[in-house]
Amino acid sequence: MKPNTQQLQELTVQVRRDILRMVHAVNSGHPGGSLGCTEFLVTLYQHLMTRKEGFDMDGINEDVFFLSNGHISPVFYSVLARSGYFPVSELATFRLLNSRLQGHPTTHEGLPGIRMASGSLGQGLSVALGTAQVKKLNKDLNLVYTLHGDGELQEGQNWEAIMYASAKKVDNLIATVDVNGKQIDGTTDEVLYMGSLKAKFEAFGWDVLEIKEGNNIEAIVAGMTDAKSRTGKGKPVCVLLYTEMGNGVDFMMHTHAWHGKAPNDEQLANALAQNPVTLGDY
Amino acid sequence: MKMKKYTNTGNKDTRSGFGAGLTELGQKNENVVALCADLIGSLKMDDFKKNHPERFFQVGIAEANMMGIAAGMTIGGKIPFTGTFANFSTGRVYDQIRQSIAYSDKNVKICASHAGLTLGEDGATHQILEDIGLMKMLPGMVVINPCDYNQTKAATIAIADHHGPVYLRFGRPSVANFTPENGEFIIGKAILLNEGTDVTIVATGHLVWEAIIAAEKLEEKGISAEVINIHTIKPLDEEAILKSVAKTGCIVTAEEHNILGGLGESVARTLVSNNPIPQEFVAVNDSFGESGTPAQLMEKYGLNAEAIISAAEKAINRKQ
Repeated sequence: MKPNTQQLQELTVQVRRDILRMVHAVNSGHPGGSLGCTEFLVTLYQHLMTRKEGFDMDGINEDVFFLSNGHISPVFYSVLARSGYFPVSELATFRLLNSRLQGHPTTHEGLPGIRMASGSLGQGLSVALGTAQVKKLNKDLNLVYTLHGDGELQEGQNWEAIMYASAKKVDNLIATVDVNGKQIDGTTDEVLYMGSLKAKFEAFGWDVLEIKEGNNIEAIVAGMTDAKSRTGKGKPVCVLLYTEMGNGVDFMMHTHAWHGKAPNDEQLANALAQNPVTLGDY
Repeated sequence: MKMKKYTNTGNKDTRSGFGAGLTELGQKNENVVALCADLIGSLKMDDFKKNHPERFFQVGIAEANMMGIAAGMTIGGKIPFTGTFANFSTGRVYDQIRQSIAYSDKNVKICASHAGLTLGEDGATHQILEDIGLMKMLPGMVVINPCDYNQTKAATIAIADHHGPVYLRFGRPSVANFTPENGEFIIGKAILLNEGTDVTIVATGHLVWEAIIAAEKLEEKGISAEVINIHTIKPLDEEAILKSVAKTGCIVTAEEHNILGGLGESVARTLVSNNPIPQEFVAVNDSFGESGTPAQLMEKYGLNAEAIISAAEKAINRKQ
């Protein structure tokens, strides 16, 4: 049975605690974008995706997800662990020597749930297109999901892939862009103004929909259900997910400062107090 | 000991060997898919496209996207073969290959035509001489540079059965076709073409035929050359090289590549660690190429039989 909104909310708070504790423990990692995408990834894995028991690389007869902006690995690892791909206790090894939980996600250490290394930006959509086209070849009706940063769209390879996707009618793909308007050096508008992402994707032949409240679970469910209903109609589907970087921790919100910075002991205590334990810490 | 005779059965381009191999693979392995970045004719992929349109993907002039798509196609069990020029198969897309293919352990076959100087008149923008170095440095990447049409066809078929990323390098011009038709191709296994006692010549790609010509001319001068076709640069058949130099005591490496980072350096590393004997390098001396006919360029940049002969004589003279 699918979890209800209350349960998804509780899991979201627990994942936030995981993220904060993981980056604090090694004094490195990327909490800001991770926190901003927590509701989305929790909802995707727990409510939206069709997933088989266990993990195999080929992902036949199930939905497949690719994280293109690999630096938000803390949220990805936490959601994967809490979705049963590997023991939650392994989150304690994040970024440590000999860990399967590398700084950025990789298949190289055999961590279940990961199908592609990411971290060097702009590569995930191309990979997802290949998998989506093979799903069609294999007569597999399941979907391919991706997540990308908005700043990441400054990488040119994305636009090769965006052009290809519509030209080849890859309509079994839902690409979500985390529009938080921030990147390492400042706001996306300051760093490299990109204009209207919606107009750009539409000009490239995509069906685009927006989720204005990207940190609201009910809005995510409604928006992504809409997105799913638009698949199989000849166009790739893009979701612009408007999120708040650092969501759920007041001093990490409304700034790009926490893109790649870990909280100190005092800041961690403050952040955790805002997110009391729900399912139990790792 | 008389030199073994090799006969050119008629000049053919190695890229057509790739095309023929891909055609055969298309018929016998339904998991093989092919991708091309707007160079179907140049890569001789027309037949595969015609016979298996559902398994052929025209990506357009977007090589970075092609490498990513190929990586993604392995998820679901396909064996993707990408086709474009060597320059656009390596340097242009190095980070895509590094992260999405090599580090992600994806079963992609990167098939690269028009490698080296023998691309000819198009000039240095397209004549990559650094590709072997770039690719051999990637952990887990197999690097193969077959010598003629027959061997390129055999290599193309063989790499489909190897699980893991492969870089297959071939060329544009028509060159001697002298290896057996439907010959066996074992990745990482050097082929001893001629036994000799005075010098070992280890050659790859288009330089293998030049090495045979050189050995014939050396024989006329009373020098006995052992000739090894080292079609696989990584993993290198160190055993075959060490066995040969234990007998000859000196070596010449020959390749259509920069002297930095190529076959010669791989051989040198093996020798230094095991049996440091004189080595001479036939390779491009750390420069870009230029426009010209393939034969003119090979002569100007010192990559022909004459260059191998003088390198062999130099190596022999350096023996203690």
